[in-house]
Amino acid sequence: MASTVISVENLSKAYQLGSIGTGRFCSDLKRWWAKQCGKPDPYAIIGDADHCNREGETIWALKDINCSIQKGEAVGIIGRNGAGKSTLLKILSRVTAPTSGEIKLKGRIVSLLEVGTGFHPELTGRENIFLNGAIMGMSRSEIRRKFDEIVDFSGVEQFIDTPVKRYSSGMYVRLAFAVAAHLEPDILIVDEVLAVGDAEFQKKCLGKMESVSKGEGRTVLFVSHNMNAIEELCSRAMLLHGGALQHDDYDVRAVIRGYLYDKGVVEKSSWSNTSDLYRSTWFQPLKFFVRDAAGREMIMPLKNDEEIWLHIEGEIQEQDPALQIGYALYDDAHRLLFWSTHTDCAESDWPKLHKGHVRLRTRIPKRLLNDGDYRLELITSLFWRQWLCEPGTDVPSIVITIKGGLSDSPYWMNRRPGILAPVIAWERVA
Amino acid sequence: MATQNIVDQQNTWDIVIRPQRAWWDVQLNDLWRYRDLIGIMVWRDFVAIYKQTILGPVWHVLQPLLTTLVFTVIFGGIAKLPTDGLPPFIFYMAGNTVWAYFSICLLSTSNTFTSNAGVFGKVYFPRLAVPISIVISNLIAFAIRFVLFIGFLAYFMLAGSPVKITAWVFMLPVLILLMAGLGLGGGIIISSLTTKYRDLQHLATFGIQLFMYASPVIYPISSVPQKWQWLLLANPLTPIIEVFRLAFLGTSSVDPMYLLYSAGFAALVLLVGVLIFNRVEKTFMDTV
Repeated sequence: MASTVISVENLSKAYQLGSIGTGRFCSDLKRWWAKQCGKPDPYAIIGDADHCNREGETIWALKDINCSIQKGEAVGIIGRNGAGKSTLLKILSRVTAPTSGEIKLKGRIVSLLEVGTGFHPELTGRENIFLNGAIMGMSRSEIRRKFDEIVDFSGVEQFIDTPVKRYSSGMYVRLAFAVAAHLEPDILIVDEVLAVGDAEFQKKCLGKMESVSKGEGRTVLFVSHNMNAIEELCSRAMLLHGGALQHDDYDVRAVIRGYLYDKGVVEKSSWSNTSDLYRSTWFQPLKFFVRDAAGREMIMPLKNDEEIWLHIEGEIQEQDPALQIGYALYDDAHRLLFWSTHTDCAESDWPKLHKGHVRLRTRIPKRLLNDGDYRLELITSLFWRQWLCEPGTDVPSIVITIKGGLSDSPYWMNRRPGILAPVIAWERVA
Repeated sequence: MATQNIVDQQNTWDIVIRPQRAWWDVQLNDLWRYRDLIGIMVWRDFVAIYKQTILGPVWHVLQPLLTTLVFTVIFGGIAKLPTDGLPPFIFYMAGNTVWAYFSICLLSTSNTFTSNAGVFGKVYFPRLAVPISIVISNLIAFAIRFVLFIGFLAYFMLAGSPVKITAWVFMLPVLILLMAGLGLGGGIIISSLTTKYRDLQHLATFGIQLFMYASPVIYPISSVPQKWQWLLLANPLTPIIEVFRLAFLGTSSVDPMYLLYSAGFAALVLLVGVLIFNRVEKTFMDTV
């Protein structure tokens, strides 16, 4: 019988805007003095005239969250930046207290808001396993018992007596995750830990989390911008929006779709970098939009018999020959159709990228896609080295809608089944 | 964040997270569960501090030695402050041994929240474990200084100086406990308040230096005019230092019964400290 292991009731958390700390004592004093003299509070907010002056205002990071989670569930929590995901995790892991409401938990809870918390750079790997394990709530004897397993999992046994400050970042993360993976909690809370490490290690982490939730019947709460990971791992998804629980369903795909195609998230058919996001010296994306062959703006829905040119604009401050710019195309069920990058052809044919402002365009062939919504994600990376904008995560994306113009045939006017709807030539063999 | 066992109809919850908990609800049982963490943090402090140093723990010997020498030259040699008829060197060393432990406890626990914000923001454990582990790991440094002091004391005794060990030496554990309590209590009060007012951090650093002159570290209480002695006696450290000198050097002009006052003061500071700390720890992440 399934039993509830996490029960959240009317949970809310408010934060005070404005400066806390320096100067606060002074204003506290003045406030007190004004009150003694019978004068009005000098720090009271006057009117609503100045929108920038939000000193002292409270914002609700979480508003009235209610849910209960059963034993053995793997719950993915998604939402935009500032939707309250991290606040929820912080409260669950008892790093901060809620403003009102209550959470009840059953069993041992371990939260990985970060791997390697408390690692001391001067200590060796062996010493840090004990330190980190203890901080995470393991007893000394427990760590001793699992020590060999942890070292084995991390794959750094050669360097176990070397100070961790000499570790590569990959080794560091592997060791830290190895400790975390052996905590054996009843409830595991994970926040974006998988954003680190190489692909192979990420796979190992995901596998471990999967075995924790499915194989061992433990409960996992997982916050990520990586929709693929959420979909693969979770049996239930929650969408937070503006501090409220907007969508909570066992149909993970439906929740993800709701999030990705939410008009508030995706700026229709064009994206531009308004707040200095995705900053990188190699390539910072500035604009991502579609145009017709002549460079004119296109009006949605698009017809399938017109060529769609996808434009990418960005800024290169530091040139790197490994820079790869491309896009990923998904259908409305979040199935990946393909990736395409500017380095897909022979090297001599690659568009040359220079320092400064860069504009690229690529053609999505006409009559390839079907009727429906498609989502394009910008992907950029340094080939084999690192992702700048990793597909499946919270990267610039746009949605295009195709309607009509499927073929010139009188027999094919409407949407056909299938992801693609290419018009392919036929001929009679004599 | 109340953590308690609650029977909720048919369910038993292990942890209940609530916005408020009573101010007297200090979760000492939680602290006990994390005793291994305290042990490991003490060990970390001691191991990590001397990595990549050539002299290692020898610094604990050099530091008091040099301070005592400077005191002897300046206060004993140049300013010619009286030392109750004791050799100035051992007199200053006694005061300094006690004082150093108290001041390091207070200073290093006074930034508990600000210097551990990174860890505190990521994982839960009883926050009190950090200042407690600091006080314990400083005990190791105190032990080294103390052994050094005993070494010099033995030398002075063999050389025929008018020093004598009295039965008060058996009070040493109590003295250490009192110093630790005062340092810890004061430190966590400051650390709790610094989450909001950073100024206190600076105040603590130089305040502790000034405070040394308000304690009989470099002068005996007998050298203070009679009518001002009450001021010095109001300082809870005075009896501790004086009793320490009484125990190991054999002279003091303070009634050892004043220790009771120190004990009461330490208990009060510790209680207030733990309560404020307990109040601050659950939401300090939002203000730090």
